[in-house]
Amino acid sequence: MKIELRDPNTIMKLSRLGSFHQSKLSFLRSFLSEFKDWDYKRDLFNLDHNGYGEAVYSFKKKDRVYSLVCFANEIDDQERSDRVIATKWDAAFTLHDGVPSRDDIERLKNEVPKQEVGRLSFKELTLSRANKSVRVFNHVVDSLSEGKQPDLELLSKVGYLYRTTAVYGSGKFGLADRFRIKNREEINGPFRLEMMLVYLVRQFTFDQVNHVAHHKNPKSAVKLDKQICKNLGIGNSTGLGMAPFIVNHPTLLNNWILTRETALKKIREIKDVKEKDRELFIDCIKKSLTNITSWNTDSEYQQKKIKSLLKNIKKFIDYIENSFDFKAEYPFNKIYLWLEKNVCEESIEYVVSIMMEPYNNITEPLVSNMSSDEDRYFNIPTNRTVNELQKIIENKYPNILDINFDQKESQQNFWFISKNKEEPRLADRFEEHGSELEQPLAIARDIKKLYEKLLSEKNNITIAQFLSSNSELRHVVRRAFIVEKFPYSEIQDNTIGKDIVPIDMLRLKLSFFGALKFDPRSDKWLRICMFQGAPLPTELKNYDDQWVYKSNN
Amino acid sequence: MRSLSEIETAVKRASRAVGFSWGNSEEIGKSIRQLELFGLQGIKNLNQYYKDKTTKKFEDLNLINEKNEPSLEAYCPIILGISFLDQIKSVESYEIIKIKKIAYPVIFLSFLSRASEISGKKIHVIFDKNEILLNLNVNIYSNFFHQEFPNFSNEIEIKFLNNQDSFTESEWNSLYKLAENTFVEESDSLKQGAAGAGLTDND
Repeated sequence: MKIELRDPNTIMKLSRLGSFHQSKLSFLRSFLSEFKDWDYKRDLFNLDHNGYGEAVYSFKKKDRVYSLVCFANEIDDQERSDRVIATKWDAAFTLHDGVPSRDDIERLKNEVPKQEVGRLSFKELTLSRANKSVRVFNHVVDSLSEGKQPDLELLSKVGYLYRTTAVYGSGKFGLADRFRIKNREEINGPFRLEMMLVYLVRQFTFDQVNHVAHHKNPKSAVKLDKQICKNLGIGNSTGLGMAPFIVNHPTLLNNWILTRETALKKIREIKDVKEKDRELFIDCIKKSLTNITSWNTDSEYQQKKIKSLLKNIKKFIDYIENSFDFKAEYPFNKIYLWLEKNVCEESIEYVVSIMMEPYNNITEPLVSNMSSDEDRYFNIPTNRTVNELQKIIENKYPNILDINFDQKESQQNFWFISKNKEEPRLADRFEEHGSELEQPLAIARDIKKLYEKLLSEKNNITIAQFLSSNSELRHVVRRAFIVEKFPYSEIQDNTIGKDIVPIDMLRLKLSFFGALKFDPRSDKWLRICMFQGAPLPTELKNYDDQWVYKSNN
Repeated sequence: MRSLSEIETAVKRASRAVGFSWGNSEEIGKSIRQLELFGLQGIKNLNQYYKDKTTKKFEDLNLINEKNEPSLEAYCPIILGISFLDQIKSVESYEIIKIKKIAYPVIFLSFLSRASEISGKKIHVIFDKNEILLNLNVNIYSNFFHQEFPNFSNEIEIKFLNNQDSFTESEWNSLYKLAENTFVEESDSLKQGAAGAGLTDND
């Protein structure tokens, strides 16, 4: 049986993209899979009794070494902020290419804690900072120093000791450009070095908390239990900074979604499902209920989604246990069709992710397709005609063409870059100043504008001729030719409408990172947890691939 | 040192700020990034051009012919460059393209370099007695490495080079003869059995 890929006009809607969940294709899981054979080492741990100082952790294979350089600093409680406007953090990190020399560490000591106002070099690959969850960190220190393990309920509510507030890469602040390292096989997957940084930071947080507890009471302190460590991840606060990324990298977005869609298609095309694969799928679905019931958020919006997810997944479990015959042909296709009819978008995408669990043979080869050499698709084919472009838009943006941008609410918002922090922001066009400096992220509106302009041109004129008098539409002309080749490269929704929920854009990206427990703090930022339940670095050589569904938190 | 990613982003934003469309600004970002990658002074020249632009009215050339001359002020190297890229299919049919009076020619070169890649042909440029070879956007060969690019060129001549070898037939044959020393002379039995295909084609 041949299954068609799902329609981009359905999948690329924001509400659907904002319902995506982590899967075997997620970057933190493919990172662990790639680096499981590397040698992990703590090379330097020079912290004072209060846990302030430097540490270095590394992954090494043959001649290649990646080193996380950590700087833990003392800050006042009132200086601690997750917002990008902060200037001090409990700890700051960079991933160094190779083994850092003493001079490197001294140089980095001056620059890394400054983050955006510091300067890194081509020898550094990623940059980040993190703040303690003070309540949890102090509780763990107190408990361990008294010879006890911490309160698991408190740990479960938060899920981490530290949360990062930004992770930078690809040439920012002087970091190495991607092209310098793109031919390295081990990083042939998106955000692999960012994932490495976060993963090693997680280990640093455990080492630091043990260290501080020990020095608080050397005679009776105990170490944090390894199983408790595994059930802790690294938190992350994410604001709008991430949202434009998925608009500005269309072929990369396409490759992420296309890979996911291809995996789903191949799974739906499996005629007979082996018993062990069926059992693994059902086991993951059932165990994943803990991930849903331990998903804490104050956001009413998310609480509703979680409630509906839990209800629907229980309904689904009841269906596969009591009404479904897995021995029938093409069982995953039948499951998918049932999901489409019976459950919400969030639940469909949740089960789609878990369908991949038994199928390493399908997902592993696909992971290498998730990067993109975007420059290859930058040039506009200017010898093509206005008529051809018009047809592309009609075929690829049918729902966008239905939007009436003469209505105020269709263009209620605008995206801009904040002068203070050089970060993307979203504001009401009719209430705030600055819309004249709008960023080119209103793709739906501009595509419609382009289409209307094309209608008034002669069909056979070339794009070169068209652009000579319509340069203000050049950015969307480029995009339309990209979407012709890359069907999942464009969000098929209005990113400036009154009803936009920007966290849908963030969630899409974070689900591909492998984040769990999305906790929206408003419609513009959220907290997440990464690597919760993941193996510790010392366990990487032999770990349970389905760790995501077996966390106790 | 600034990364190329920082350069591209800053150039794109600065270009938008001086009045270019977002799409054109994206083109400028890519081109200046490429110049800096080749070790040429893209940022320096662009910066100076944008300063000059506040006091001078440079001319836009939207349709490129074999001979082009502005009516008054020099041509804007950016609009000229983008037009060249967009009209690559028509301009590559010209034997020589002559353009008089161009401001900041090195900026224009960055677009020509990309045009070389798109057309799949090397481009030879002569301006004010200086020669430059644009090699499929892989590199730029010029005699400017130890001197500053001028901020004005009186005339530029552009020629697409037909793809041709840089060596003679006898030089090629001589080298190929050496390469043949790695081959095995086939016996009759090798001819019959070693190919694996082509023995029963009469079907």
